Amino acid sequence: MSEIIKNFESMIDNPDYKFTHGKLRIIQVNVGKLCNLSCKHCHVDAGPNRTEIMTRETMQHILRVLPNFETLDITGGAPEMNKNFCWLVDEAVKTGIHVIVRSNLVILHEKEYINIPEFLADRHVEIVASLPYYSENDCDKQRGSGTFKKIISMLKKLNSLGYGIDEKLILNLVYNPGGAFLPPNQDELEQQYKTRLMSDYGISFTHLFALTNNPLGRFENFLKRTNNYDKYMRKLYDSFNPAALENMMCRFQLSVGWDGQLYDCDFNQVLNLTINGVQNISELYEIHKRKIKFANHCYACTAGSGSSCGGATA
Amino acid sequence: METYYKPEDLGKFATMGEFAPDLWEKFMSYYSAVFESGALTKREKALIALAVAHAVQCPYCIDAYTQSCLENGANEEQMTEAVHVACALRGGAALVHGVQMKNVAKGLSF
Ligand code: SF4
Ligand code: SF4
Repeated sequence: MSEIIKNFESMIDNPDYKFTHGKLRIIQVNVGKLCNLSCKHCHVDAGPNRTEIMTRETMQHILRVLPNFETLDITGGAPEMNKNFCWLVDEAVKTGIHVIVRSNLVILHEKEYINIPEFLADRHVEIVASLPYYSENDCDKQRGSGTFKKIISMLKKLNSLGYGIDEKLILNLVYNPGGAFLPPNQDELEQQYKTRLMSDYGISFTHLFALTNNPLGRFENFLKRTNNYDKYMRKLYDSFNPAALENMMCRFQLSVGWDGQLYDCDFNQVLNLTINGVQNISELYEIHKRKIKFANHCYACTAGSGSSCGGATA
Repeated sequence: METYYKPEDLGKFATMGEFAPDLWEKFMSYYSAVFESGALTKREKALIALAVAHAVQCPYCIDAYTQSCLENGANEEQMTEAVHVACALRGGAALVHGVQMKNVAKGLSF
């Protein structure tokens, strides 16, 4: 690399942006690293052999702090594979909080999980599903062979339940690049997805989020193995957009790991960068403004139009 | 091996602004305006640029617009079709000049 990449934090001019916003909106909970898939872009390095799974006791602590938030965002791994998943969703919905589940959809074809779409629809749970592209080849290359067809058929089923059609049943899709490059403009890509998924399969969805791949976990291994790591970091750095700083997702959320440890975001979980302050949900009784822990993987959140679990931020 | 084309030379493109900064600036502002989305999307423009890059056989442009296509939401299937469009045009252009050959031959032959 010709020029050194500056420390991420030194790029933040407004000191307020180094701290969480006064009011947090989202509690994002990673209920385990177990997953039926092993996608190439996965920063969690999730897969069928992972054993890290959140217990019901930890979930009880999450339910206790829910009144501090507007949204519970459940992720994994494949969150459905945690045997207390439905219990957590049910209990959370009863409190009136908005619940999001991040599903790979492929899992919902398996016998044990076949009733989950109806279960989520009855409770008006928002579904966020990853679909790397609207073609089989691109999707299967990234998520494993046969995944595209299963995702498409599950999207059809979700549409038949009203998901992506009834405005109370939100179905958002996630695009992420199929390699060491940045995502396209979110609005243009959403239009492209909407046109193609409707014309090819008759599928509707609410919104598309275009995410930047974070150089961690399995994606980091790919970058290093293919000699793309330095180039990718440089690309993220060169695309730094200061307008994305204000809405970095860590400013509005608390992230909980499978063992109850607290983080600024799911990416910091991978690096074991726990938050400043109380370290575990079991000890959390009050939520204070906190200084966020940044490192250079944060450039993935500020490249171009910015990136968060809810899509572009700038 | 010595070669005229070196990947790192793409990064030196801006040195063309030396000695003629006004022309360079005019060119660059025009260039970036061309690729903004308008009646065509950025993805469509990137695919056209990729096809032209193959027609003019510029390795810098092929490198740059392969990345640009990917970053504007095109996939390899679409990019391969774009290259075939360039190929068809170049091949077709050669072939249609066969008519010239025929005209000349006719003029010279019994
Ligand atoms: S990206 Fe999602 S579905 Fe794919 S392996 Fe990771 S957790 Fe599983
Ligand atoms: S990686 Fe996490 S801590 Fe860093 S900017 Fe993104 S959300 Fe914030």
